[in-house]
Amino acid sequence: MSLKQLTVFVENKQGALAAITETLAKSNVNIRALSIADTEEFGILRLIVNDNESAAAILKQEGYLIKTTDVVGVKIGDTPGKLSTALKVMDAAGINIEYLYAFMVRTEKHAYVVMRVADNASAQAALEQAGFHLICDADVKKL
Amino acid sequence: MEKRYYQKEIETMPVEEIKKLQSEKLVKQVKHVYENVPYYRKLMEEKGVTPDDIKGIEDLHKLPFLTKNDLRDAYPYGLLAMPLKDCVRIQSTSGTTGKRVVAFYTQHDIDLWDDCCARAIVAAGGTNEDVCQVSYGYGLFTGGPGLNGGSHKVGCLTLPMSSGFTERQIQFMCDLKATILCCTPSYAAYIGETLKDMGYSPEDIPLKAGIFGAEPWTEEMRRDIEKTLGIKAYDIYGLTETSGPGVSFECEEQTGMHINEDHFLAEIIDPDTGEVLPEGSKGELVFTALDKEAFPLLRYRTRDICVLSRKPCSCGRTHIKMSKPMGRSDDMLIIRGVNVFPSQIETVLLNEGYTPNYQIVVDRVNNSDTFEVNVEMNPDKFDDTVSAVTALEKSLAEAMKKMLGINPKVHLVAPKSIVRSEGKAVRVIDKRKLHD
Repeated sequence: MSLKQLTVFVENKQGALAAITETLAKSNVNIRALSIADTEEFGILRLIVNDNESAAAILKQEGYLIKTTDVVGVKIGDTPGKLSTALKVMDAAGINIEYLYAFMVRTEKHAYVVMRVADNASAQAALEQAGFHLICDADVKKL
Repeated sequence: MEKRYYQKEIETMPVEEIKKLQSEKLVKQVKHVYENVPYYRKLMEEKGVTPDDIKGIEDLHKLPFLTKNDLRDAYPYGLLAMPLKDCVRIQSTSGTTGKRVVAFYTQHDIDLWDDCCARAIVAAGGTNEDVCQVSYGYGLFTGGPGLNGGSHKVGCLTLPMSSGFTERQIQFMCDLKATILCCTPSYAAYIGETLKDMGYSPEDIPLKAGIFGAEPWTEEMRRDIEKTLGIKAYDIYGLTETSGPGVSFECEEQTGMHINEDHFLAEIIDPDTGEVLPEGSKGELVFTALDKEAFPLLRYRTRDICVLSRKPCSCGRTHIKMSKPMGRSDDMLIIRGVNVFPSQIETVLLNEGYTPNYQIVVDRVNNSDTFEVNVEMNPDKFDDTVSAVTALEKSLAEAMKKMLGINPKVHLVAPKSIVRSEGKAVRVIDKRKLHD
């Protein structure tokens, strides 16, 4: 079970983000979720897209600094307290979360949470054992 | 391997004979300058020296120095020693640090300059079977014309590319099988990077040697260029004021540059007192042109700091060797009272696995110097968290602090976002000057 996240190094300059999204749009890549961690000088853009390979290829060709990382994707019910439950599971399993972000899909009554942890396998095992559904690249493609 | 020279008799002449030759030439040259250059005659008169006082190289120290300021004061004709009708060429410095300096050449001056460059090409393994790609700028800058002339003298098939249009450079290099590349080291590095981007490996290109100069570069940069281009990289030194590249050059030993002593008399002085220092001391390099007719500078202070050595060289050349200058005092920055040479930053970057593309930004905020270094991120080190990137910045800053003694702020920037140079690289942006 793997969910691939595309990470892009972005300089903190006006228009830098727009240039990336435009590049992706041109090659028909659909962004499902994104998160940015930024400092004064640079940002780290993390993307979940419908077509990782095309996105990575086009960004690389355009000279962007990119990296593909395996992250944990989990489906949670769109009701209060569900995210909290998932996080408690992680806590109980002693798994530290480096960062996370979430996205929702209009047609479903679910939210999706993307987590970056040191050990994907144990995070996935803990979540599944607690009854959560994990998502992978193929699931994202279908969204 | 058979040792090859361009002018064997001169290049391997016993030291005592070289000194005798220098003495004879010096006596004649001082007379020529005294009679034809009122500017220098006045300097001699102020020191109470006449040509009769100069009987050989042992009297050299009696002569007054010339500095870059003299060249600016005397601009354009004040140091000219021949009638203009006898001159055939003008070259000029890049003039980035003030008024331009122009130098004049008779045909004789051009010939001896070309000879000097030819010696450098032969020392790098060049023969008339080679194709020599000259990617130094052509024009007022001495790099292109100098190596072009030397290449002709050796009989190489000369490719006068000049700088720029890098992909075309590579196309020609491959199609016409260039075996020797002449350019600035920063441009050589850029050509290497572009080759890689175009999908070539060092084995795909026919180059075997490179002759790189006109800007300071480090031993680390040499190894890097040698690896990416699959060549042996030779240093060449010179300055417009003394003719151009070819004042000194490296042989296969790569342990310093042989000064063409039959044409240039070198001294090392204490930059503060002007006192001549014994051989082996570190100090400022001073040149006296022994053969030049049109623009014969006597005791010209180069502002380059280096060491001279007459240790016998395995190549058989007897001419004295100069160490790679650390950088011209013009290039040196004084930041928070500490001397910083850009070449030190280059050394750190290459040791830490980064490309030698960087930019130093110095400014003054609240009467205190700020010191920032922009460095291109190494794609292999990139990770998806901010903490990982800032940790890289911190470890680079620490490595620089170890080398320099002061702490810079390091910014990692996207690969290839620092503008590449086709000639002399611009490594320093000193905004403090704007406030003065």
